[in-house]
Amino acid sequence: MSGYSIEKKEYDMGLDLQKLKPYGDTLNDGKVQLSFTLPVHSCEKSTEAAREIASEMGLTDIVAAHIKPLDDNYTFYVMYGTFNKSIDYSKIEVPDIENGAMDMNEIDDFIKAHLKRKIIVVGASTGTDAHTVGIDAIMNMKGYAGHYGLERYEMIEAHNLGAQIPNIDFVRFAKSVKADVLLVSQTVTQKDIHIQNLTQLVEMVEAEGFRECVLLICGGARISNRLAVELGYDAGFGSGKFADDVAAYIARELSDRKERG
Amino acid sequence: MNNKLKIDKKLVGSCRRSAMRIAADVQEFIDRHSTVAIERTVCRLLGVDGVNDIDIPFPNVVVESMSENGILEYGAADFFARVYLHTGLSAQETAEQISKSSFDFDSLPEFSKAEKTVYLEDIAKISLKRIQEQRNKRNGYIKEYGGKSGPLLYIIVATGDIREDVTQAVAAAKQGADVIAVIRTTGQSLLDYVPFGETREGFGGTYATQENFRIMRKALDEAGKSLDRYICLCNYCSGLCMPEIAVMGAFERLDMMLNDALYGILFRNINMKRTLVDQNFSRTINAYAGVIINTGEDNYLTTSDAFEEAHTVLASQFINEQFAVLAGLKKSQIGLGHAFEMSPGLKNSFVYELAQAQMTREIFPESPLKYMPPTKHKTGDIFMANIQDALFNMITILTGQKIHLLGMPTEAIHTPFMSDRALSIENARYIFSAMEDLGGELIFKRDGIMANRAGEVLQKAHELLGRIDERGLFESLSDGIFAGIKRKEDEGRGLDGVFEKSGDYLNPFYDNMISELRGGID
Repeated sequence: MSGYSIEKKEYDMGLDLQKLKPYGDTLNDGKVQLSFTLPVHSCEKSTEAAREIASEMGLTDIVAAHIKPLDDNYTFYVMYGTFNKSIDYSKIEVPDIENGAMDMNEIDDFIKAHLKRKIIVVGASTGTDAHTVGIDAIMNMKGYAGHYGLERYEMIEAHNLGAQIPNIDFVRFAKSVKADVLLVSQTVTQKDIHIQNLTQLVEMVEAEGFRECVLLICGGARISNRLAVELGYDAGFGSGKFADDVAAYIARELSDRKERG
Repeated sequence: MNNKLKIDKKLVGSCRRSAMRIAADVQEFIDRHSTVAIERTVCRLLGVDGVNDIDIPFPNVVVESMSENGILEYGAADFFARVYLHTGLSAQETAEQISKSSFDFDSLPEFSKAEKTVYLEDIAKISLKRIQEQRNKRNGYIKEYGGKSGPLLYIIVATGDIREDVTQAVAAAKQGADVIAVIRTTGQSLLDYVPFGETREGFGGTYATQENFRIMRKALDEAGKSLDRYICLCNYCSGLCMPEIAVMGAFERLDMMLNDALYGILFRNINMKRTLVDQNFSRTINAYAGVIINTGEDNYLTTSDAFEEAHTVLASQFINEQFAVLAGLKKSQIGLGHAFEMSPGLKNSFVYELAQAQMTREIFPESPLKYMPPTKHKTGDIFMANIQDALFNMITILTGQKIHLLGMPTEAIHTPFMSDRALSIENARYIFSAMEDLGGELIFKRDGIMANRAGEVLQKAHELLGRIDERGLFESLSDGIFAGIKRKEDEGRGLDGVFEKSGDYLNPFYDNMISELRGGID
């Protein structure tokens, strides 16, 4: 198997950010792993098909490391290969919302110093989505993975409305408490239902005439900042982001807006 | 089950007595009330099915019209008996006439209770026989194939398309799954009707309809035949249509139902009166159909901290058990729920999880416990997730959990791929085989971490049950005792569907089922 080949390979030994490649155990070796299922019977021919698929993805040195029939006509593959192209890292631009981490106490102090009042945050998992896990991770007192939720912040008045809140009720509640920030969590993303729901919410906030008065933020495992901005949100937080990431963004953004007037 | 954790049996007895008083207090309210969902269920038991030309289910058409005509308080059975005695129309024919606005409510005469009862007893026998036949068929299969002694491998399918669900379910059964749960589309629990017919579009799950039940049942029976195993089918008897889903499941031979006394109140903001009245009839139907219910205490732990709130799970299990017993369920049909949800960052988390699982096993020795996998602390790291699931699998085999919902490596990423399920089943089968008899070899240290932890959780559950017993369940729920969620008695969805029964109210199905159940059936 090629994975154990002792044949000497020549790689560029330096890190060139204009020619970035995946890393296995040697710089610029381009090693990747992937797995997928083919809806055909497991046989020599299906394994060849799996190799061709990997080849179509631009991989070489392809190894079908694990082949497992899942049913008569479904076969699972774990593949390894080499990615030979490269990308130019220096040309990548991503809207960045990370401008330095702060912890809960620093954020509270920042709000006291710059805004001199509590920030009102309303959060929910809206539409038909029944999952509270995302909004709870950000808002619940206890927080998640050691990051306290917004309810624990001295300078944040947090209202967590829970799950399956119709967008219209969410917007009305936010208006009634004069919210500064609307946080919406989406967990179910099958058939892009979250896109429809998030779009509807933006339209509703605009129709109610207070889009300019609030920070509109969405979050969820499949949400990125780029997607959020495309949909008309101010920011989006995906997996690996915690309450302090959200709170720091809110505090800085509201303070910037205040200074801009 | 031997007492490995030296659990204080007196304290357990005291918890059970508190829970019994809590449930009995609410049962008095339940017995005086009915709901629109219960009356729609009675319609279905009398043979009403299908939808009208604008897709409204006929049971909804009937119950809404009864309500408009001010006769709901006597019950749907009373209404159909009077119609039959007056016109000879069947329940289905009556529903169709009501839908066309060609039914004259005003000229419907009253009949004596004796006359109505004669008609209703006859017709009730037909539906109840249909349910009995399905129960017998299940017993027959289990006798033919033999029951499974170890944990049941429970997996979910959630494609949104019942045909695709069948493909996934059959593949999983071949890989070793024993129970297939078809997750419902997000939002179905809040519909105050049950959709009709085969469906191929859903979000995060598939509509629970009677036709979808039938399609999956048939596929699993066929798969079971070729595998020489009985494959159980599970769905969700929760939300605003608890008893209707129960009766559809009874007709189509579902084997398990998610069916909690409090879940809808806490996690779907359904009004507490509505849920408590609905759960009672739904559970009686499940009891009669030989269904194993699964309660939803695992959800407390995805919302609150699993270490700190462990006692609320135990307290809720005691309460769920007593409501289930009052509805006619045998202990062997009460699959009490709990979960492996402590943070992987907590030192000794496995030891505490093991203590909780062993304690639950010993306190509810006759119940097939439903053990839920880690979800809350899964991050999208599929490799770590596989290890979390391995630890979870070990606890099940060490402590004799019965209904084992498999964790997925791709939890927090997507609804499971076929390969995710296969990896998960492989993980569980390896551990269940490798450690099959290890539990029997282990004894736990007196005054060790586990025994002390179990004692502490039981003590706290006992205190909590005492407080609920004092305050009453309705008031306690408004204090936010479970999962920190506060619900008020007169708020939440579906309250307008609850009504007080007239002194002349009739529901022959409930009466017949509960009396047969109390007499004892297989």
